[in-house]
Amino acid sequence: MNEARRALVTAANLHLRIGGTTILHDVGLDISAGEILTLIGPNGAGKTTLVRVLLGLLKPDSGEVRRKEGLSVGYLPQSFEVDHSLPLTVRRLLRLTQKPSPEEMEESLEEVGAGDLLDHPVQGLSGGERQRVLLARALLRDPELLVLDEPIQNVDVNGQNELYRLIAKIRDARGCGVILISHDLHLVMAFTDQVVCLNRHICCTGHPEAVSKNPEYLALFGKHAAESLAIYTHKHDHVHGSEGEILPIEPEEARHHHGGA
Amino acid sequence: MEDFMFRGLMGGVGVAMVTGPVGCFIVWRKMAYFGNSMAHTALLGVAIGFAFGVDLRLGILISCMSLTIILVLLQSRKTLSTDTLLGILAHMALAVGFIAVSVLETLRVDLMGYLFGDILAIGALDLWWIYLGGAGALGVLAWLWRGLLAVTVNEELASAEGIPTFRVKLVFMFLIAFIIAVAMKLIGILLIISMLIIPPAAARRFSKTPEQMAALAVLAGIVSVGAGLWASLEWNAPAGPCIVVAASALFLFSYAWEMIAGRG
Repeated sequence: MNEARRALVTAANLHLRIGGTTILHDVGLDISAGEILTLIGPNGAGKTTLVRVLLGLLKPDSGEVRRKEGLSVGYLPQSFEVDHSLPLTVRRLLRLTQKPSPEEMEESLEEVGAGDLLDHPVQGLSGGERQRVLLARALLRDPELLVLDEPIQNVDVNGQNELYRLIAKIRDARGCGVILISHDLHLVMAFTDQVVCLNRHICCTGHPEAVSKNPEYLALFGKHAAESLAIYTHKHDHVHGSEGEILPIEPEEARHHHGGA
Repeated sequence: MEDFMFRGLMGGVGVAMVTGPVGCFIVWRKMAYFGNSMAHTALLGVAIGFAFGVDLRLGILISCMSLTIILVLLQSRKTLSTDTLLGILAHMALAVGFIAVSVLETLRVDLMGYLFGDILAIGALDLWWIYLGGAGALGVLAWLWRGLLAVTVNEELASAEGIPTFRVKLVFMFLIAFIIAVAMKLIGILLIISMLIIPPAAARRFSKTPEQMAALAVLAGIVSVGAGLWASLEWNAPAGPCIVVAASALFLFSYAWEMIAGRG
């Protein structure tokens, strides 16, 4: 287990003010290899800012960030809209800043279940396909840390579940650390090891079940969120494939909490 | 072929080779208005050049680079959109330029000349300027290409992957200033802006990758220059506007092609 506990990023006592507004107040967190950490909080809570600080793209006013030396990061931005005037296929997107071979590109698309998209224009992809392609692109960097900023936007409910399942699978296969930004604890519950609830300061942190019962979390997201979480906690006897087809469930996946409509 | 015609054609081809790829980025990054503002500001540069007795190109370069720096500084305050900021800066520069031109009594500027230029008046020395300056501009663009493309696709992603986004964008804006400075006296504001925007737009429908579009934009630009000059000779019409019309016709043709091919 030594390998799995390798710290990737350690941050403590972060403070940041932008234009007179406090964005981060005394924030700290640790992320290790093989761990999925979900950063949750309302809009404007400073989630994206915190990640930018963790990645070294933004300097905090005070506090300490330590990254593993030579840490390779795969990043999925919150929004990814390519203007129609720019002709861009998936193949060209994968080669934007890297030089992967055709085999490497196909392998990584296979890994995320998007093997047939290599020559599609990026603008024609659905929300779910786009996230898979971006994930494949991030995997080509052989990341030790994956950072996904609101990855389920514009992805339908079944696709959301599939996407989280895929992220968990990648973590299991590669042993990388994952930071997920979300404003919805529902779906991420089953896939998360650690939840950090942020609202410019850290409200609470810990295991997802514990966080969902924490008074600060309830104050932030309302009692309704917690109740619906309880209502929708149910057992699934099947999962859906990328085309919406029904697939049998694998035993170790049989118990997960799911926020379906 | 007459000498002036040959030099006009060579000059136009040289310009098209630079404006094709650079113009693609202007289209992709939705910077057409920025290019326009640069061109407006160039008049102030002409006045500066005359007033201080320096080369007009240097005057234009200084005024356009100043506009860029002021714009970037104002952008960082995030109170007004870039659109509005450019609307303010460009028209202010244009107004100050006009005032300067009219107050400087010794200065007789042919404003029409700066608007439309005269591609058929290009001399041998001008050709050197176009080709050496053009080679320099293309060299800078080649060096910038990977980073600028990544920033254009997604700035967040580019910065997360270690591309110095601010520097890349700034160098690109300076590059536009440089191109306008070199080309304006020769072919005029109207033609330079048209050549930056219309050929890439015409090339879009036939391209699958950014590099293809850049190459096709060069081709579209060269065809426009050739057709425009031919039309100008045939109908004894002004050359610059003829080239603009030829480029626009190519763009409309690319639209018609799409409709006939039935692709949406």
